[in-house]
Amino acid sequence: MSKYSMHLLVCGGTGCKSQESDIIAEKLKNELLKQGLEETVQVIMTGCFGFCEKGPILKVMPDNTFYTQVKPEDAEEIVEEHVIKGRRVERLLYTDPETEAHVEDSKHMGFYKKQLRIALRNCGVIDPEIIDEYIARDGYSALGEVLANQTPEETIELMKASGLRGRGGAGFPAGLKWDFARKNEADQKYVVCNADEGDPGAFMDRSILEGDPHSVLEAMAIVGRCIGADMGYIYIRAEYPLAIARLKTAIGQARKYGLLGKDILGSDFNFDVDLKYGAGAFVCGEETALIHSMEGERGEPSLKPPFPAESGYMGKPTNVNNVETLANVPVIILKGAEWFSSIGTDTSKGTKVFALAGKINNVGLIEVPMGTTLREVIFEIGGGIKDGKKFKAVQTGGPSGGCLTEKHLDMPISYENLVANGSMMGSGGMIVLDEDDCMVSIAKFYLEFTVEESCGKCAPCRIGNKRLLELLERICEGKGEESDLVRLRNLGEVIKDTSLCGLGQSSPNPVLSTMDNFYDEYLAHVVDKKCPSGVCTDLLEYFIVEENCIGCTACARACPVGCISGERKEPHLINPDTCIKCGACMEKCKFDAVILK
Amino acid sequence: MSSVKIELRQDQIDKIHTICDSFGNQSGELINVLHKCQETFGYLPAEVQEVIAEKMEMSAAKVYGVVTFYSFFTMIPKGKHPISICTGTACYVRGAETVLNEFKKQLEIEVGETDVNGVFSLSCLRCVGACGLAPVVQVGDKTYGRVAPDDVKAIIKDYID
Ligand SMILES: Cc1cc2nc3c(=O)[nH]c(=O)nc-3n(C[C@H](O)[C@H](O)[C@H](O)COP(=O)(O)O)c2cc1C
Ligand code: SF4
Ligand code: SF4
Ligand code: SF4
Ligand code: FES
Ligand code: FES
Repeated sequence: MSKYSMHLLVCGGTGCKSQESDIIAEKLKNELLKQGLEETVQVIMTGCFGFCEKGPILKVMPDNTFYTQVKPEDAEEIVEEHVIKGRRVERLLYTDPETEAHVEDSKHMGFYKKQLRIALRNCGVIDPEIIDEYIARDGYSALGEVLANQTPEETIELMKASGLRGRGGAGFPAGLKWDFARKNEADQKYVVCNADEGDPGAFMDRSILEGDPHSVLEAMAIVGRCIGADMGYIYIRAEYPLAIARLKTAIGQARKYGLLGKDILGSDFNFDVDLKYGAGAFVCGEETALIHSMEGERGEPSLKPPFPAESGYMGKPTNVNNVETLANVPVIILKGAEWFSSIGTDTSKGTKVFALAGKINNVGLIEVPMGTTLREVIFEIGGGIKDGKKFKAVQTGGPSGGCLTEKHLDMPISYENLVANGSMMGSGGMIVLDEDDCMVSIAKFYLEFTVEESCGKCAPCRIGNKRLLELLERICEGKGEESDLVRLRNLGEVIKDTSLCGLGQSSPNPVLSTMDNFYDEYLAHVVDKKCPSGVCTDLLEYFIVEENCIGCTACARACPVGCISGERKEPHLINPDTCIKCGACMEKCKFDAVILK
Repeated sequence: MSSVKIELRQDQIDKIHTICDSFGNQSGELINVLHKCQETFGYLPAEVQEVIAEKMEMSAAKVYGVVTFYSFFTMIPKGKHPISICTGTACYVRGAETVLNEFKKQLEIEVGETDVNGVFSLSCLRCVGACGLAPVVQVGDKTYGRVAPDDVKAIIKDYID
């Protein structure tokens, strides 16, 4: 960072890039060139800053100015005012929603105050396409340390002592897993990075790969050294073109620098990394299915044992870790197990990255120490519920998880606490719901997903989930009965107990947990045939608001069953008993008098 | 699974052979071969699958089994402007379904279909990583954020000259 006195960091994450942030960067460069400043001010495209809701983001260093919702046409003013005259462009500064004051500096934003960025340490800081920037922030020194000064056993002990657990869902201790793979003797072993990220509405792993690909490569090499593998694969979804491009660049650079390949850093350790592509199947995130997919087969899970650590890719011992798990590894080696285990709770160490989304003000990517409460995450970092609505629930763990409510808000986040309250950590999706969301519909949404994604190998999951979904559909259509609720629960329990893989074993969770927390809402659907949140259209009725109706008769003439009555210039009335809910009246009314209720 | 009957030209067959060769005709590389072929042809009709199967010395049923397992692979040609609606959870709770319904209504096609002129096709995606812009719609390479049902007409119009 030597010769430049100022850096303009433009977010190159998927969210901002789809809003032309690359054009912003181009324009900034052009402006700087015009002013002869290209030697003193550098424009850098970084990974996601996490504050995607207000993107595109531009951060100015060293003064930490944080500009939001920047447009290409702002480039000129930013260079003229900020770079040349040293005056911040007020209108682009983030406005604190509570004080309504401009926040000049990202350190004072509620969004960042409670965050601790370990896995995301380089996202929004470095240019992920330049290896030197990673190296300048201690990149690859953990690999150097491991190769020069530690035996594999020592490194594994260090990982065990740190307490790092898998961030892909199950939370298995990373060091222990490496130890298994190490102890299984074989002529060939593999390291696999699980970048399948199937949870719909989550983008943690993608952001790490886009913003800091080298941290994952470095960690894979460290795992390779620990377990005795010389080849690693990243299994990544073909739907992640930007992450794939950045990984390819990173692998090429690492090879050129001798950080991948033969005799790494002058040692006798060889390790290389290649990519394997997924093709849109959620179940392929499950490690045995993932391995079958890597082998070119249908991605169907198989029974464990044998675990991948015994017999994985090509029948060889294979260590599978999630992207975020790996991103933590280099820092732990450099800062030590004690440092890492001092963060978090008794059993859940370190931090967790969450993708905050849904009805929340600050949709984005956050990283907090384990033990942070949901209230802090949603109301302080997340800025509370959108449009001043009332918080209803938050779904964690995606389609395998469950919902947590008001009464769980002060619970410290940990693997154990989430499970004890009917949800799970999962990979880190956090979907916030407000009073307008119907919990039965949410459960139905997740189940539609699992039914679509079930691989069909075992009957409880293939047939059972289909039946569960049919029951939910009936309930949302107003055809459900109270006895269906008992059936839902019983069937859900059976599916959980008898399915072969984690997909089926967890698929009923969204149904069961919404039933536990919002039984009233289910009852309203089956007994009163009402959807309290007004979401299930079949349970709504067309209704004419008297005050808005001017009696133009347009609706009555459009109604195919003639169920609208009323005199000319008098308010009209819909007979709900004969209405077929075709919606024609609503479309015709120019006075917003017809509503659904 | 319906599919369009097509006749492959010799140069197209050669192209498939080259792709298979580039992956050493290894059965473990089948998914990579399929990715490349779909990139080349836009979709994977039965005829293409048969050429792959023969070249890589595996049954056509195996290739078909893999193609149908993964939702990224399609046996139906996409439109000139493929429209994808994100139905990931973040988009769903911000109204993706109503946007999807509006597209279906305007284009008079269902998800997985292409319109009669081959201009638009409609599909669903699960999270494109831009949840901050939910609900999100992609047309080709272009991403539209915070789409409301009322915006749908204008988006379609962008692609009708
Ligand atoms: C249905 C299903 C889907 C999964 N999807 C993912 C995923 O997308 N990403 C991931 O890292 N792990 C996923 N897992 C967990 C993996 O099987 C595996 O436990 C994990 O990759 C191990 O890495 P970790 O110990 O570092 O978490 C999934 C598991 C199941 C049962
Ligand atoms: S539980 Fe579902 S996804 Fe898993 S093996 Fe059985 S059918 Fe396949
Ligand atoms: S169309 Fe609207 S304003 Fe006219 S009669 Fe019907 S409800 Fe009243
Ligand atoms: S929804 Fe259709 S059937 Fe019902 S009142 Fe309106 S026009 Fe008539
Ligand atoms: S993509 Fe730019 S802040 Fe997340
Ligand atoms: S859920 Fe639609 S972009 Fe993430």
